[in-house]
Amino acid sequence: MRFTLAWASLRRHGTRTLLAILGVAVAAAMLLDMVMMSTGMRESFRELLLSRGYQLRLAPKGTLPFDTDATMESASRITATLRTNPSIVTVSAVLGGTIHVPTGNRVVTSAALGVDPAVQGDYELLSGRDPVGSNSIAANDEFLAATGATTGDTLDVATGYDPQLRTYAGSMRLVLTGRVRFLYGAANQLATVMRLETLQKMGGADRTDDASLFMIRVRTDAEVEAARAWVELNIPDVSAISTATALAEVDKRLRYFRQLAVILGTVSLFVGFLLVTTLVTVSVNERIGEIAVMRALGVSKKHVVQQIVIEGVAISLAGAIGGLALGLVTAKYLNGILSSFPGLPSAIDFFLFQPKSAWTALGLLTISGIAAGVYPSFRAASLPIATTLREDAIA
Amino acid sequence: MTLAREKAVFSWAGYDDEAPPPVVEARDLARDYPFGAERVHALRGVTFAITEGEYIAIAGPSGCGKSTLLNLIGVIDHPTRGEVCIRGQNVGGMRDREATAFRLRNIGFVFQRFYLMPTLSARENVELPMAEAGIARVERAARARELLSYVGLEARERHRPAQLSGGEQQRVAIARALANRPAILLADEPTGELDAKTGAEIIGLFGRLNADGTTVIVVTHDEDLASSAHRKIHMRDGVIVPG
Ligand SMILES: Nc1ncnc2c1ncn2[C@@H]1O[C@H](COP(=O)(O)OP(=O)(O)OP(=O)(O)O)[C@@H](O)[C@H]1O
Ligand SMILES: [Mg+2]
Repeated sequence: MRFTLAWASLRRHGTRTLLAILGVAVAAAMLLDMVMMSTGMRESFRELLLSRGYQLRLAPKGTLPFDTDATMESASRITATLRTNPSIVTVSAVLGGTIHVPTGNRVVTSAALGVDPAVQGDYELLSGRDPVGSNSIAANDEFLAATGATTGDTLDVATGYDPQLRTYAGSMRLVLTGRVRFLYGAANQLATVMRLETLQKMGGADRTDDASLFMIRVRTDAEVEAARAWVELNIPDVSAISTATALAEVDKRLRYFRQLAVILGTVSLFVGFLLVTTLVTVSVNERIGEIAVMRALGVSKKHVVQQIVIEGVAISLAGAIGGLALGLVTAKYLNGILSSFPGLPSAIDFFLFQPKSAWTALGLLTISGIAAGVYPSFRAASLPIATTLREDAIA
Repeated sequence: MTLAREKAVFSWAGYDDEAPPPVVEARDLARDYPFGAERVHALRGVTFAITEGEYIAIAGPSGCGKSTLLNLIGVIDHPTRGEVCIRGQNVGGMRDREATAFRLRNIGFVFQRFYLMPTLSARENVELPMAEAGIARVERAARARELLSYVGLEARERHRPAQLSGGEQQRVAIARALANRPAILLADEPTGELDAKTGAEIIGLFGRLNADGTTVIVVTHDEDLASSAHRKIHMRDGVIVPG
């Protein structure tokens, strides 16, 4: 009977109920997006860092991977040292640089990575072949679009441009072997990849044994911390960064986003709560007489409160479900905007859908729906019955 | 008060040794309402008894305390002084939870303005007190139909209050009041909103259900309704006066 009454009273003012549900849906969508945002970025970073199974990264002492142009000299010595640790199963050295490719009457400038294609963890081959040969290069779609090159073409590639002299330090002819997508690439960034030795050689005499980054795969996750400590002890000129450390760093940098998410999420929850409270209060006030009659007939306070709380929760839940759909659509749209945030890998999702976020948003809204119903209904059910009926008869 | 005098008062109020035990018994019942710094004495101490199966009309000029008295018998208000017992239980001092459960099982209310739940059908309205009493769905549907046919509305069970005339609404309200087989049926001006013909139908219905064994107490200005009762209690200025 409580459900029948709750349902009947929601239907009695159908338009009003629908508008309230829409309002809650908008607030719920916002809440869901903010919950998704506050947990999503971190989770997305973690997935990205671990996507190729490399748990440890080495960068020049005191820096983060690719944070500066600094490089580590004697890469071969570092690799050799790393290989002596039995926990370390894979070592992938990476050198970052800039290349210039004359195309027609202009020069296209692009990022370049030197890797060992056999163990690399930086890109994914979309078509063609990996740049395994020492005269090979692969590039992303942005680079191909900018140069108009296609697989099989030969490119003149130069490094070390000197703007004063308008000269290049090194230059080579490389064959384009494939189309790739870079895991850590920012949106619209032009990027290419070749063998580590090729990029080192183009860098000139003083770069022949340089690396910007080492990615290390350790046998088991349990050994990561020990391996990290071992590296810092045995190779003093590098910083060893575990996924956990990197995430802490990411957390620090994303703190403002998270704070924003928490504030906006709280505000939208509060708006949803106020909306339901307003509706329930209005609906209780117009039914004061009915409630007094029910009480006179012997309906308990508890059941009156339950009936009204059911109404509040029904609005909140219907709104939350609508909000879930709306939230996912807006998250996708906002993600598209934020992914082109300068300096961030475009693979990072700002809004990562996790069922937990949906449950959190749904749970918070249900609680707010209950809270919205309890006070007005309890107050109405506690009014003195005889007096209320008398006053209602006059009104 | 000596026993003899008390007995005299009770026997005047319709309570004597041979009669069955009273279903309603009021002793020195009074109700004041605070009104600013003063107090309105709506009921100034009434004593009477009503026997099972009686049909009582409470009559008197407007403002003399009839509704106040009915509300106290119906356990939706608390007396300032004195006591009221129903079926031997002192109901005046009951706390809310106890009073609510008591009303559900023992009191049937009929109001001047019908007060049906506008969103429920006639049958659902009759079922409402039964649902609260925890009666199973099938059983309460069957009893609701039975009650609706008792009041002559078997064909209207699916109609909403707005689709019924005033007299029909009042008959649904009477069926609702009877749902849990109450000890007493209380009605405050049940014909007050109805025209003479429809009012007469309701008066006939009260007579019939009293004949079938229900104790009925009605507050009324309506002379026809008052004269259909077995006994009249006349009130003036918050006290019972001889008729
Ligand atoms: N809540 C209240 N506050 C103050 N005074 C009240 C209240 N309820 C009733 N009264 C007063 O108590 C007196 C008795 O009221 P009551 O409603 O019992 O009269 P009544 O006999 O039912 O009158 P009527 O025939 O017009 O319905 C009246 O003077 C009324 O003004
Ligand atoms: Mg009255």
